[in-house]
Amino acid sequence: MKVAVSSGGTTLESNVDPRFGRCANYIIYDTESDDYKHVENKSSQASGGAGIQAAQMISDMDVGSVITGNIGPNAFRVLSAASIKIYSGATGSVKDAIEKFKKGEYKQTAAPDVGSHFGMGRK
Amino acid sequence: MIISVASGKGGTGKTTVAVNLALSLKNVQLLDCDVEEPNSHIFIKPVFGRKDTVFIPVPRVDQKKCDGCGRCKEVCVYNAIAVTRKKVLIFPELCHGCGSCAYFCPHDAIKEENREIGVVEIGRKDGIQFIHGKLNIGEMMAPPVIKAVKNNVDKKKTVIIDVPPGTSCPVITAIKDTDFVILVTEPTPFGLNDLSLAVEVVRKLKIPFGIIINRSDLGNKKTDEYCTRENIPILMRIPFSKKIAEIYSRGDPIVGTLPEYKEKFQRLFKKIKKSCG
Amino acid sequence: MKEIVIISGKGGTGKTVVTGAFAALARDKVIADCDVDAADLHLLLDPKIEKSHIFKSGVTAFTHKKYCEGCGACSIVCRFEAVREDFSIDPISCEGCAFCSFICPQNAIEMKVNTSGKWFISQTRFGPLVHARLGIAEENSGKLVSLVRQKAKEIAEEKGCRWVIIDGSPGIGCPVIASITGVDCAVVVIEPTLSGLHDAERVIDVARHFNVPVKVIINKYDLNCDITEKIERWSKDRNIQVLGKVVFSKTVVESVVEGKTIIEYSNNKVTKTLSDIWKSLEKELAG
Repeated sequence: MKVAVSSGGTTLESNVDPRFGRCANYIIYDTESDDYKHVENKSSQASGGAGIQAAQMISDMDVGSVITGNIGPNAFRVLSAASIKIYSGATGSVKDAIEKFKKGEYKQTAAPDVGSHFGMGRK
Repeated sequence: MIISVASGKGGTGKTTVAVNLALSLKNVQLLDCDVEEPNSHIFIKPVFGRKDTVFIPVPRVDQKKCDGCGRCKEVCVYNAIAVTRKKVLIFPELCHGCGSCAYFCPHDAIKEENREIGVVEIGRKDGIQFIHGKLNIGEMMAPPVIKAVKNNVDKKKTVIIDVPPGTSCPVITAIKDTDFVILVTEPTPFGLNDLSLAVEVVRKLKIPFGIIINRSDLGNKKTDEYCTRENIPILMRIPFSKKIAEIYSRGDPIVGTLPEYKEKFQRLFKKIKKSCG
Repeated sequence: MKEIVIISGKGGTGKTVVTGAFAALARDKVIADCDVDAADLHLLLDPKIEKSHIFKSGVTAFTHKKYCEGCGACSIVCRFEAVREDFSIDPISCEGCAFCSFICPQNAIEMKVNTSGKWFISQTRFGPLVHARLGIAEENSGKLVSLVRQKAKEIAEEKGCRWVIIDGSPGIGCPVIASITGVDCAVVVIEPTLSGLHDAERVIDVARHFNVPVKVIINKYDLNCDITEKIERWSKDRNIQVLGKVVFSKTVVESVVEGKTIIEYSNNKVTKTLSDIWKSLEKELAG
């Protein structure tokens, strides 16, 4: 099963990025093969609809779950429509986040964490 | 005749000029197009009669006809449409109302509906017909509300338009198709910096213009020098006066308390009319 | 590291003068000018530009005349009155929706990426400044503002600075929102006029909508003491702290003309009030 993690960098040692829509990269981790790849988030520079576009890209990749710091209302809506499970509130390295996820330590997120535009104006 | 009152910088006295000019003339319409922060009504205190809601079209998908092909998403440059697991999701706040998605849907599954983004209010005070627009908080697009305000222009009257500050889209929408632009500035480096940007805009739109220097005795001579160099007429100077500042702060028009200004604004209008031929 | 933004709702209240003062008073900071539509802060800070970048945002339609057959489909579909009689596109009216480009049967319309502005990293006598200039008639979506903030924060983190001081945008739209989301404090500069109060109410609504803590400075307060009192009562009712009241002073205009912050120019009442305000802000946010 594939998990997408919002990430600052391109490896498992990178930190989880606190913003789903405007993070720099996603680490797509396959829990069955323990393989991973990184995907650049081209939506990070979109003037509007970054969350929507990012969520659209993730849902087109056949991902089952998303791990991130915060998710806004638009991305939340798209991912939910795609029946993708969302786990927010993650911090630390991508590696640690995936371990915690595998152990079932994350609770599913029921609603968007932040209002729209959270990712704007922040690193 | 349609006169727009603009300034690159906020706070130079645009609304003061627009309001007092309108109050000095007859057979006048005053249109406040600063739809994010409309203020002229504070000074005119009109009695409002009509209220029109401003809508922009937003797509709605008929799920029965939709097969999830995603063509609508492909033609939307604003990311206002997402298609996932064959479901179409519309994000109205991002929609610019261009109509592409509805047109290109191969199954005719998209119809456009109206979405409210602001209001236009129309009122009267003495001889002035007053119209302003208010953009709803959280909305991104001022131009449709500005256009709705300007739809009420009555060419048989003298129309004064209070333009938003700055030089971006809303300003262009307000100034477009007017006969003359008054640029209000203050003789400081801030004022001059923003004035030169505003001059660029007005020149691009090819509309005749002139300058009013407000608080004309507080600052330096560089604005005068700039106007001379650029061949820009200085139509009027209003010196700083604590009295004027106090009248403004109360929300009263200058010409109410200082009637000599009525004549000054009438002379201003004659000057403008003459320069437009 | 804390971010403070200075906003006003209405223009001309003294936002940039206050930002300049804080830039002079704070230690270890990066300054950001997010008023990209009408940037003024550089006039007080005399920046030496170190890096200059082009900012591209959005697209504009462009008709390649050699392929155009004059069918006029573009003109029929355009809702923004951007297609001229000769079927060339008016770049000022064009909103970049691409409808014309999609529909043109000759594929004669190209969507070109806009160079909509420039942004700069500069050095000033008070530290690094990140600033930008939006081109005329460009859509101010807030994206350039976000970029300025992002770069300012990066520099602050790199240098271990304590503060990012942001000159915010006027109004209540996207540029303001991009200026204020996620900051530690939004300082609203209000002048004691009915219009000023009216506009400040709207921008404070926006700030609260985004859960941004808000404080108030009343500038030129002695121009109308009644309204100043009204603002104080209004702030109290809404649980908003008034950081201080600054007296009207022609010396402030002189300092602007000289290209200096008021703190450097004069030791008058304005300087004293703003210094006190900064001390209390510093204490509350850092401590």
